[in-house]
Amino acid sequence: MSRRDATPAELLAVMGARLLKDGGRVFAGVGVPLLASVLAQRTRAPGLTLVIEGGIIGRQMKPGQLPISTNEMRTAYRGTMLLGITDTFLFAQRGFLDYGFIGGAQIDRHGNLNSTAIGPYDRPRVRLPGSGGANDIISLCREVIVLMPHERRRFVERVDFVTSPGYLDGGDSRLKAGLRFGRVSAVVTTLGILGFDESTKAMRLEAVHPGVTPEDVLKQTGFDLIVPERVETTEPPTVQELEILRTLDPERRFLG
Amino acid sequence: MNAADFVEARRRLEAKPRVAGEKLTTLEAAARRVKDGDHIAIGGCLYSRTPMALVREVLRLRRRRLTLSRNLMCYEGELFMVAGAAEKILTSWMSIGLPWGVSKILREYVEGGRVPVEEWSHLALGLRYRAAAMGVPFLPTLTMLGSDLMPVGQAKTMPCPFTGETLCLVPALFPDVAILHVHRADRFGNCQIDGYPHMDADIARAATTVLVSAEEIISEEEIRRHPDRTVIPGFVVDAVAEAPFGSYPHECYGLYEADFDHFDVYAGAIEARGSTAVTEYLDRFVFAPPTHADYLALFGEDALARQRARARELTRSHEPA
Repeated sequence: MSRRDATPAELLAVMGARLLKDGGRVFAGVGVPLLASVLAQRTRAPGLTLVIEGGIIGRQMKPGQLPISTNEMRTAYRGTMLLGITDTFLFAQRGFLDYGFIGGAQIDRHGNLNSTAIGPYDRPRVRLPGSGGANDIISLCREVIVLMPHERRRFVERVDFVTSPGYLDGGDSRLKAGLRFGRVSAVVTTLGILGFDESTKAMRLEAVHPGVTPEDVLKQTGFDLIVPERVETTEPPTVQELEILRTLDPERRFLG
Repeated sequence: MNAADFVEARRRLEAKPRVAGEKLTTLEAAARRVKDGDHIAIGGCLYSRTPMALVREVLRLRRRRLTLSRNLMCYEGELFMVAGAAEKILTSWMSIGLPWGVSKILREYVEGGRVPVEEWSHLALGLRYRAAAMGVPFLPTLTMLGSDLMPVGQAKTMPCPFTGETLCLVPALFPDVAILHVHRADRFGNCQIDGYPHMDADIARAATTVLVSAEEIISEEEIRRHPDRTVIPGFVVDAVAEAPFGSYPHECYGLYEADFDHFDVYAGAIEARGSTAVTEYLDRFVFAPPTHADYLALFGEDALARQRARARELTRSHEPA
């Protein structure tokens, strides 16, 4: 099975899963983030603890029984603790949670994300559902991994609304705003993996997926992306990784 | 009242008559305590343990100019919008859920400037209820800093008086009324919840008036046998009404699964006919059935039994896969 067989959602789940280290605790939303977390658990990180914002710590996954929301019955499957939502987030504020996954309708050069509104806040052209826990996850987890499709309309110079602060205006502006902890460690897209320049915090291409060129990435990016001389190529999803994902989501509810 | 006016909020509580006796009443009588212009906080989260029977009663009373707050707003927010009952909504997120996509009603009402939505992060809204539950005017937090959510609800920053670090301050949120649905309560309003606690206990303490529907009214003796299960004490509650399937078509942990087919039909109708579909939905499911029992009869016993069986299956002993 080659990469061609992987759907965009499968590619994001596989690449996201590989960034999670064993023994960590991941704050995962439903859909692809949850699939990525469970995939990590079933491959290189069996000791990963899943935390879900609806109020579950330590949930496991029953294949074919994927939760739709972060706070419904099936999300609680075999959890070790059910607790209130506010207290769940406070574990992140205290520093217990290592990883968070988020996405958005738009992301900009400094990793800020918008899931609130396209156009002005009061009278937007498009009102989106809103932050939910995304702002809290990116503000409070130690490391945040962004998962999103790589499209020019989503990768913009400046997001219309900063729902979830990445590096704000770059440099040390995140720190200056009072966000003492956390960072956006990776932006995993359907074309590759991106990071940030250490001093300017501008987005930089780190790796492309097999069959993708840096030019392809630039074409789908609406700002001046840093492309270093050496860009790695990711290992394609393995047969085992794809099989695990497909067992978890046999109806392909989230895998596309 | 200024949202964060903790002195006024406390005076309002202290001014309430001390009623040691029965809180047991009907859904309709409970809902009658909601007045035009009130701020109602809705318990549960998204489609979990939403007090849908109370929501329908409030809508049937045609209350107006309501402010509604909820951590994740599901389609009950759309019902209030289209019924003309909502003046403002406070939430961190609004849609039915991921598979149903961005809410077309949210888009129509916000983009058209008809009902403003004041967005907070999920934790920030939770801390606003908690500050109120604690009786203090604000809480410091490290979330929301640097984001465009700060000016939306007028959160503030200040240097920490002990360390000098920048903190985000979120003001206490004191709703006029909380509407909640719980698993069990006694006639004095002592409430027990299974599964997810969500934010209900904070919301109950934050509000001036607390209206509760319960799947089951149990005896005081049963409450006393398991006091560790009580999360809201009776003295916080003003009215409690029995409402089996009181969250339906949303879920109640361990008792019944949400009716996703019903959501599909609702969302499909909006896809086809826009907000007219919600008006039709209100007529059929909210205004037409005279009682909660008549509402449940629209679905039929078989459908309800199926949702019960699904919940048992989903929460049963959780044996490993």
